Amino acid sequence: MSTPVSSPATGTQAGGAGTAGAPGTPGTPGTPGTQAGPAASSSTRQARGTAFSRLLRKPEGVISLVIIALVILVGILAPLLSPQDPNFVNLDIVKAPASPEHLLGGDSQGRDVLSRLIWGTQTTVYGAAIAVAFSLLLGVPSGVAAGYFGGAFDRISMWVSDALQAVPGMIILLIVAAASGSNFVVIMITVGVFMAPGFYRLTRSTVLSVRSEPYVDAAVVAGMSPFKILLKHVLRTVRGPVIIQTSLTAGMAMGMQAGLQFLSIGTSDTPSWGAMMMEGFTIIRQHPTLMLWPSLALGLTIAALAIFGTALGDALAVRPPAKRLSAARKAVQAHDAAVPGSTGQVTLAGAESAVRIDELRVAYPSSKNTMKEVVHGISLDVRPGEVLGLVGESGSGKSQTVFSLLGLLPETAAVGAGELWVDGTRVDLANLGAHRKLLGTTLGYIPQEPMSNLDPSYTVGYQLTEPLRTVHGRSKEQARAEVLAALTRVGITDPERVLRSYPHQLSGGMAQRVLIAGAVAGKPKVLVADEPTTALDVTVQAEVLELLRELQCEDGMALVIVTHNFGVVADLCDRVVVMKDGSAVETGTVDEVFNRPADPYTAELIAACLDDAEPRVTADARFADASGAVDAGTAAGPVPAGRRAATPTSTPASAEGEAADQAGPTPSGTSIEGSAAK
Amino acid sequence: MLQFVIRRVISGIILVAVVSSATFFLAHLAIGDPTIGLLGSSATQDQMASLAAKIGTDRPLIVQFFDWAGHALTGDFGDSWRNFQSVSSQIGLKLPVTLSIVTFAILLTAVFGALLGIATGLRPGTVVDRVLQWLSVILFALPGFWVALVLVITFAVNLKWFPAVGYVQPGTSFSGWLRSLALPGISLALGAVVMVASQLRNALVETSQLDYVRTLRSRGLSNARVTLHMVRNAAPTSLTILALMFVGLLGGAVVVEQIFALPGIGALTTASSQNGDIPILLGITVVTVAFVVLVNLVLDLLLGWINPKARQS
Repeated sequence: MSTPVSSPATGTQAGGAGTAGAPGTPGTPGTPGTQAGPAASSSTRQARGTAFSRLLRKPEGVISLVIIALVILVGILAPLLSPQDPNFVNLDIVKAPASPEHLLGGDSQGRDVLSRLIWGTQTTVYGAAIAVAFSLLLGVPSGVAAGYFGGAFDRISMWVSDALQAVPGMIILLIVAAASGSNFVVIMITVGVFMAPGFYRLTRSTVLSVRSEPYVDAAVVAGMSPFKILLKHVLRTVRGPVIIQTSLTAGMAMGMQAGLQFLSIGTSDTPSWGAMMMEGFTIIRQHPTLMLWPSLALGLTIAALAIFGTALGDALAVRPPAKRLSAARKAVQAHDAAVPGSTGQVTLAGAESAVRIDELRVAYPSSKNTMKEVVHGISLDVRPGEVLGLVGESGSGKSQTVFSLLGLLPETAAVGAGELWVDGTRVDLANLGAHRKLLGTTLGYIPQEPMSNLDPSYTVGYQLTEPLRTVHGRSKEQARAEVLAALTRVGITDPERVLRSYPHQLSGGMAQRVLIAGAVAGKPKVLVADEPTTALDVTVQAEVLELLRELQCEDGMALVIVTHNFGVVADLCDRVVVMKDGSAVETGTVDEVFNRPADPYTAELIAACLDDAEPRVTADARFADASGAVDAGTAAGPVPAGRRAATPTSTPASAEGEAADQAGPTPSGTSIEGSAAK
Repeated sequence: MLQFVIRRVISGIILVAVVSSATFFLAHLAIGDPTIGLLGSSATQDQMASLAAKIGTDRPLIVQFFDWAGHALTGDFGDSWRNFQSVSSQIGLKLPVTLSIVTFAILLTAVFGALLGIATGLRPGTVVDRVLQWLSVILFALPGFWVALVLVITFAVNLKWFPAVGYVQPGTSFSGWLRSLALPGISLALGAVVMVASQLRNALVETSQLDYVRTLRSRGLSNARVTLHMVRNAAPTSLTILALMFVGLLGGAVVVEQIFALPGIGALTTASSQNGDIPILLGITVVTVAFVVLVNLVLDLLLGWINPKARQS
């Protein structure tokens, strides 16, 4: 695989709305990605600082933090704040309404409701603190140990953790309450034990992920204590998630505590919210406010804890959640982001072309209210039956161009302007539904990475017959027969078995053949292949390219092939468009571009391919010898021996100076042979 | 596959054994002499001694344990220490009530969690989506009994749409049975619904960005078909959460049953724990943990069916 020009990697990633505020689950809150190595520690610290300020900038962050602080303060200062003794019975105020002396009135036994509420706050905070403390004490150290040492301790502690999560805690709590004579501290410790798996799993997975980081290995090699490094990085990465988990745990502990008190379990002489709710509930019809106050206090506190956890999680996730913009809004912003001018050229009328793209622009949201354009008004066209190469380094916009041709850009992307013709008909770019109607019938697509492009949950047979049945209206048997034929055609010798296989049972080369079969099964007029060989072994690359050429010749499809490899271009293409930074820098026939590159960048790209031409020629020779035994599982079909030698990486060695006037750029001349045969 | 099931069943049996043994010793050691609690403080030494002989607590603890465990293995959980009726028959009487509520709640959770999750997962960032995010955070944190109280006040006391308390046997009146389940089921399910929905939503958003979804589209599949593929691939996490919810709902039912005065396991547990009626408590522990194990086994089989890779290993 050839290395393209050292790429600045400016590729705009299609940021999705994926991580938008995932609420933490009990025990599995999202763990933010492990930060970079030790060198990045100062920038990491900076990010932490801003995480806290980001939290404080959010209204929900501030409000929840204030409520939590208030609750804790009231709990601690209860003896000072409480206007009366919470247990003092004054028969004059039994079920009394609010009055200046008793701001919230009296309860069913004649005690001051406000005082009981304030003392109940103390009980709540105290109980939650016990539960959280024990949860942390049990969960965090065992999680670190399990993640670091692995082995038997890991297995046993994992089993215990699973067991704790499989036991209905409330029932065990009732037993513990009975057994301990309703000892409040013992009950809350038990609550803490049942919540420990959350912390355990969190720290364990963090330690595991940090441990597998390359810089830990590097530190070991450098003679540093890996344990010290782990501790440092674990502490840094685990801090945020642990705080989130703590606030969730505190909230749930308060809920369980109140639930037990509601069942009259726990000491009766200390006032508690749960017991107050219970007392209020019995006379709810006559005096609804008695239940209102403790319920409100409990609900507000728990909601504040939950919202604080989520807001902190959002603030720690450095990437802001992408907002879904309306089409109109995207269009306006994309228009603002447009880089003036257009590049590339067209020579065909739309009606005569297989594909014609006119001044196409693609933009992505970059920050809150702006978009960044990644394809700047590119124009190109493809004749019916022609093979066009779209060449450029990563981030040059070549994939964005073909995905807009297919109507498969990510949802956040916007096609800013331009015209598109497919198979002689104009496509309304504003109507995505109509555009996508062309897929599977007029347009076919071969992806880059074979394994990630097959649905892991379905058999190959299901995935390939489904479009034939639902899009082309074939019967089940007919679809199956056609898929078997297509699989045979792409050189799979045992199509029946492959049909029954799941993707993970296939080799990469086999999976790519399956994907090619899927793309051509619908008999498209235009086939788009996005780096179809990049992810494959060198030996398989040649076969797949050969296969593509055959299919293209036989069906007379137009083929648009995206690649960063000039060897592929030389082998397969009639014409080539060279892209750089979202613009077409050069368009021409393969012959012109190889032999007389007009743009210095093209020359640079070709030269970069030639740098290691010498070893590759030897490799080619070796490959030609061994080709008979290669990839025995997937017979490549009837391939002429001469063609087989033309690997995708067989770069135009002859172009290196002396033979500029030679017929073809490749030594064997296969590409010219191939295109002449059409 | 069979090997996998056998392994899970054995692991489940071990779990039931460990938890019930731990509960046995915990309860006995902490309660001490149960006859005091059972007879009250006014009981004479003779009464206490005869009761101890009757229920067998005059023997060494380890003998009691093996006696209990040996009988439990044959499905005999002994008799209640309070009314001397068989534990199995008492639990058998109460279990259908609790299982009705929990099953109703799980069904609500599965159906509405899936609908909401798919609706928001396909269109992340919409108003409904953001409302769900906040609701899921708050509703999940709030205890079920708190939600139950709010629902009772609103729908039973004020609007009078549903009965506030009581249980109707399905044999007596099926619609009455459903009505008596409605509020307890909803109060239990609400938090679980939003939790499952937001899990499914996140999984769908992640799945929608995977390469093969784009490739499926490239073959011309309709949105509905592509969604089916996505849901099947996003389902495992939500199913795992659903199984965890089942455990949570069983515990939550204990309190919610009290609010609606339903004669389920909850009332039995609370009463037995206050009386120190250990055989009943042990029986309840074994039955609930066994149910949890069963649910997890079903979940594992479902996951294996959904995910072909897991099926093989």
